[in-house]
Amino acid sequence: MIYLRSLGWRRVKTVEGVESMACMCGQDRENLQKYLQPLHQILSRYAGEERYLVPILQEAQEAYGYLPREVLREVARKLNISFSKVYGVATFYAQFHLQPRGRHVIKVCTGTACHVRGGGEVLKAFQKELGITPGQTTADLEFTLETVACIGACGLAPVIMVDEDTHGRVSPESVKGILDSYRKGTETEVAAG
Amino acid sequence: MKNAAELRELRTVLQQQAQNGRAKPRIIVGMGTCGIAAGAKDVFNAVVQEVESRRLDVVVAQTGCIGMCQREPLLDVELPGGPRVTYGNVAVKDVPRIIASHVLNGSIVEELAVAQFPAGELRAENVPSYDELDFYRKQRRLALANCGRIDPENIEEYIAAGGYEACVKALTEMTPEEVIAEVKRAGLRGRGGAGFPTGLKWELTRQTPSTKKYIICNADEGDPGAFMDRSLLEGDPHRVIEGMIIGAYAIGADEGYIYVRAEYPLAIKRLELALQQARERGFLGEDIFGSGFSFNLQIKKGAGAFVCGEETALMASIEGKRGMPRPKPPFPSQSGLWGKPTNINNVETFANVPELIRLGAAGFSSIGTQGSTGTKVFALTGKIANTGLVEVPMGLSLREVVYDIGGGVPGGGQLKAVQIGGPSGGCIPAELLDLPIDYESLRSVGAMMGSGGMVVMDQSTCMVDVARFFLRFTQHESCGKCTPCREGTKRMLEILDRICSGEGREGDLELLEELGHHIRDTSLCQLGGSAPNPVLSTLQYFRAEYEAHIKDKRCPANVCAGMGAPFAIDGQLCIGCGLCIRACPVGAVSGERRKPHSIDPEACILCGACAAKCPVHAIAQGA
Repeated sequence: MIYLRSLGWRRVKTVEGVESMACMCGQDRENLQKYLQPLHQILSRYAGEERYLVPILQEAQEAYGYLPREVLREVARKLNISFSKVYGVATFYAQFHLQPRGRHVIKVCTGTACHVRGGGEVLKAFQKELGITPGQTTADLEFTLETVACIGACGLAPVIMVDEDTHGRVSPESVKGILDSYRKGTETEVAAG
Repeated sequence: MKNAAELRELRTVLQQQAQNGRAKPRIIVGMGTCGIAAGAKDVFNAVVQEVESRRLDVVVAQTGCIGMCQREPLLDVELPGGPRVTYGNVAVKDVPRIIASHVLNGSIVEELAVAQFPAGELRAENVPSYDELDFYRKQRRLALANCGRIDPENIEEYIAAGGYEACVKALTEMTPEEVIAEVKRAGLRGRGGAGFPTGLKWELTRQTPSTKKYIICNADEGDPGAFMDRSLLEGDPHRVIEGMIIGAYAIGADEGYIYVRAEYPLAIKRLELALQQARERGFLGEDIFGSGFSFNLQIKKGAGAFVCGEETALMASIEGKRGMPRPKPPFPSQSGLWGKPTNINNVETFANVPELIRLGAAGFSSIGTQGSTGTKVFALTGKIANTGLVEVPMGLSLREVVYDIGGGVPGGGQLKAVQIGGPSGGCIPAELLDLPIDYESLRSVGAMMGSGGMVVMDQSTCMVDVARFFLRFTQHESCGKCTPCREGTKRMLEILDRICSGEGREGDLELLEELGHHIRDTSLCQLGGSAPNPVLSTLQYFRAEYEAHIKDKRCPANVCAGMGAPFAIDGQLCIGCGLCIRACPVGAVSGERRKPHSIDPEACILCGACAAKCPVHAIAQGA
């Protein structure tokens, strides 16, 4: 987000209440090009064909943290397919997000084995500790809380994932400690410019 | 790699090297996702640190999952010429002790040792061998043979264990038709769910005339409670690749995809590495073993849609579209990826192929039952003593799997049901535990093999709640294309929500059944077609539990909150500690300290938070 703000972009609420990006300065065009630079680098590695849409969106989300409207538009333009098609794919898959997300993404497993072994209590503990419900992001953009159907580590239920780390045999009491270990590890965000 | 002789030569060299390598002690840490989640990374780092600080001349290696999730993290020690001893539940603090005692002095830390692979005659005393463990005795490991034994990131260990031998045999000694005939004779059936005969599928794709064909490995393992595909890809990726090469040769495909869930980062990483190594050795690429057959294989990452496990949806996803199924016919074998004939099999199916070719049709079909040959991998989870990944010959009874291998329900609890096949499967009640595990038997009781998730439930599990859990899952994952699935599952879920909150009505159960049958019969794909199974099977075997919810407004397992009479405190038992006052979210509890408290029945919302906190069990509904 720091990266975006440094370019004069900030989050605004649109009419539908959906957050989107809007440029708040006079140099729209130039800033937009700068903003899309990481995307153009990704696009240059793929032939401009529809079959690469999913991997392009996956990489774009990695670069931007989520899929802003401008990115989706640019992808549609470069692949020569309609915006609605790109939007359709981006909203179909659970992995894609159209709104900013936290620096760390917590996925609490609510699969069968975790359900039977108390995964619900773990989820409640995260909700209480972070003050958000699944699907939401903390105000400081530090954590996003999500549920996932199954991580595939059922033998260690209840299981959670923070970013790409899997934690097994989690109890409601251990939740705070897990969060703290990620709070401490704050790497500095580089503001590009 | 030009021909069979060269591979055999390489294998001999590698086996020799391995023998020499064993001149040094080896320490091997189980590094599957399960192991890492239990702390294997810390253990691995501790080993490395200890080895460095003591300047030891030992090999530190990693391996995949051996299936004993309950005992993770696992650490193996193998001294030159000695047995390979596995330590379980290893903590970082145990590492120096194991190294000092076992690696340096040769004396096994017995209280931590779980099992051993004896080295020929040589075995450690007082430690059972793997074959003697209840968990392994009834298992027959074909697909998982190497998992937890070899280093999945090293192709040489796979080759030394006989890897790529079947592939050479198929490509250089057999015609594609002979390979297909062999697979058909062996009776191999799809391990991903429905159990379609693999040989027949290959034959249909082979017979469709086309200059371009594709082969796809479905690794979009989405069933909650199933993790065999992940373990296979993490623990033995080359076996799956080898199976795919043989399949591609049989159907005449020159291009293949492995469609993996994005939630499995470690599996993707190991697959990428394995593909690269296979290319370098010439197992993939142009003119493999001089047979004139060329084959290229790449990974496609899924983007998180359960329905993409359905083959037509999966192909749409690879094409860059929304992953929605389409009607069949045309079947993928006629018109699949980009309109070309395509063959899709599951990870475990491909993992069985090299073993099938090695054993031959007769050898393979001697395992299992007549209609369901070979083995099946199950992910054993839930209320069971030994959770983990097990591979058993088909036809073994559920009782043998749950009690003999799984060790039964921990803490002396009573088994109530076994859920098989995830959201498409059903709940099998305790009285049917002697049912043999094969495709037809499971279907006859309203369950299905599915991908092989097996969740054990005891008396504390509410079957209505379980049915609702699965239906909520399929409802959420319904792609929305066809009406029966999109609308029907929603209506069923509403009824179940109603029943679970104590507002069930007379006639709800009949309505659920009617809806369920319609959805099953009219949905476009198998996601919808099997979505009602968890509800229908629990209605069949646990109808009394549904009726208790509706008629008595009571949840027999005490899971569904918000039902029945308000909570009340037994004044005789209450010690006036005040925990319930703090637990109550609506302030319905009051009372002076050290004097019996009371609950305002008008204000009580039936959440049960007070009863859960009470240290003397003085709070109950309607007491």
